[in-house]
Amino acid sequence: MAEVILKSVGKVYPGGMRAVQGVDLHVRHGEFIVLVGPSGCGKSTTLRMVAGLEEISEGAISIGGRVVNDIAPSERDIAMVFQNYALYPHMTVGRNMAFGLERRRRHGSLLRSLLSPAYAAERRAESARIQARVDEAAGLLGLRPLLQRMPRELSGGQRQRVAVGRAIVRDPAVFLFDEPLSNLDAKLRGEMRTELRILHRRLGATMMYVTHDQEEAMGLADRIVVMKDGLVQQIGSPSELYDRPVNRFVASFIGTPTMNFIEGDVERDGNAHALRWAGGRITLPAGTTLTTARAAIGIRPDTLAPVADGPFRGTVQSIEFLGDRADVLIETSGVRLNARVPTDSARAMREGASIALGMPSVVHVFDGDGQRAS
Amino acid sequence: MKSLRPWFQSALLAAGSVVFLFPLWWMVVVSLETPKRAGAAMTGQDGVALWPADPQWGNYAEALAEMGSEPWVGFVNALANSIVVTTLVVIGTVLSSSLVGFAFARLRWRGRGVLFTLMLATMMLPGQVTLIPLFLLFRGLGWIDTILPLAVPAFFGNAFFIFMYRQFILQIPESLVEAAKVDGHGWLGIWWTVILPLCRPVTAICAVFTFIGTWNDFMGPLVYLHAEEQSTLAVALNSFRNQYGGLDDVHLLMAASLVTMLPCILLFIAAQRQFVEGLARGAVKG
Repeated sequence: MAEVILKSVGKVYPGGMRAVQGVDLHVRHGEFIVLVGPSGCGKSTTLRMVAGLEEISEGAISIGGRVVNDIAPSERDIAMVFQNYALYPHMTVGRNMAFGLERRRRHGSLLRSLLSPAYAAERRAESARIQARVDEAAGLLGLRPLLQRMPRELSGGQRQRVAVGRAIVRDPAVFLFDEPLSNLDAKLRGEMRTELRILHRRLGATMMYVTHDQEEAMGLADRIVVMKDGLVQQIGSPSELYDRPVNRFVASFIGTPTMNFIEGDVERDGNAHALRWAGGRITLPAGTTLTTARAAIGIRPDTLAPVADGPFRGTVQSIEFLGDRADVLIETSGVRLNARVPTDSARAMREGASIALGMPSVVHVFDGDGQRAS
Repeated sequence: MKSLRPWFQSALLAAGSVVFLFPLWWMVVVSLETPKRAGAAMTGQDGVALWPADPQWGNYAEALAEMGSEPWVGFVNALANSIVVTTLVVIGTVLSSSLVGFAFARLRWRGRGVLFTLMLATMMLPGQVTLIPLFLLFRGLGWIDTILPLAVPAFFGNAFFIFMYRQFILQIPESLVEAAKVDGHGWLGIWWTVILPLCRPVTAICAVFTFIGTWNDFMGPLVYLHAEEQSTLAVALNSFRNQYGGLDDVHLLMAASLVTMLPCILLFIAAQRQFVEGLARGAVKG
């Protein structure tokens, strides 16, 4: 277990492309932190810099209080789980898991062990310790029956578990995961997500995890780092990010279905503000501070509910039933709104019929530059 | 080929096989004939039999014993020399070509593209062009009449196989190399423990081609090795042909030739699966 600290970390590729800029991040002991963002946002590059697989162009990274900028990956006390698992195809599951430890063992020379009985005994003892650790990790992940199999004989989920097992065997200070679930189907992804969360609790290890799937991030993380264009947008717990996104990007990226946005002109009435758009006008929450002429409000789909008469009136375009809830798309004047409503409520609706939506309990306000204003 | 009916395909392949196998079969038949019948078969006086009426298995022992100036010694020497040279060349070519191919495929270094092009350009040079400069070089080094001129160059890579290894290694996921780095291996360790075992199909092609090429190489040993006891099988067979090339001894020549060819055939059969897999995976085409 160790802290990971990134100070003003940046990555510039030859040719001048800036993949990551000024990342400041403090991953605490035993924390599960998830880096999330769209493709090309720099999340994987950041993780790979922590792993030592990418050189750091700017700033410093320290693991367990030691600056590791110029230290080889194998000396950083990390283990990494790759997107495609990166299991060695020519080795059995057991050998895959032991491989990193075998490389590290002090008594590695077979020739010397042939010449010196004492050395050979130490070598055997070390091999036994490695085997015990492989066995322990295999037991933890239910891999014992698979230890003699080759990777090609395993299913996607089993390969994933072997990749995690390989990391556990090393007992590293920090676990790094680079989109490890993205090659699995939705059901298995959900199961593995739960397993990873349980594993984190059992091991109490520091984990850094990269994904482009915000649901995965919300489900796994103690804290989430949202990135875009190489810059950190916001760092916070899943609920902080969901409840108080700092800008429109975070607001739109976090949460399913995506947040609704209504853009309009700002009207001032003393200290109060209102937003007027083609389809209506609403008074913005008290405490809103706006200096721009244009602004936007953000409304989570699950805070919209049908009412007899409300500020948002339009026509039901489509209804998608999801079990206990349904997603309803409503066309209002100039704006399309998504509402997630209970199925009972959706059953009373008809596509093409008129509908009114009530004022939501929470309205997020963003200024003309997309920054939070409420 | 898809539109061809299966029976027609089979017939076509069978006909092709007959054409290719006929010379080999003919050699076997002639090698087992009596001197008189073998000579007659060569001149077409006595048609070709499918199988000799009275196979003369002793022809093989006689042919091998007659190779060189002392009974059996010439053959045993030539066989040992061929085995030593071929083994060294195969090991050297596989190790050096895979290592250089790995460097071209996975390591980033200044001048990589230029050197790779330069290396490919060396494939355009015919062997005859470099024969004399190489001879002068090796003579300057005092390597004439040793196996060094035959074996040492193999440890400096072969352009064609380097290219083949590079193309194959490019298909191996980068993450395997990165995982090995995290596991504590340096570049040499990654090449030895991860890349080389995964390159088995290419290694099979490289080893088989190099083995056949070196085993059958006549020019190299002829130019660099001059003593009879240094002869390889190809050179010894040529001396044998000069001595026993007449119609009366053609059965012995065929027997000696067949024994010389045998290791190549056996190796191909042994490595066939890997060999075909390597070709099928586009290792040659890239």
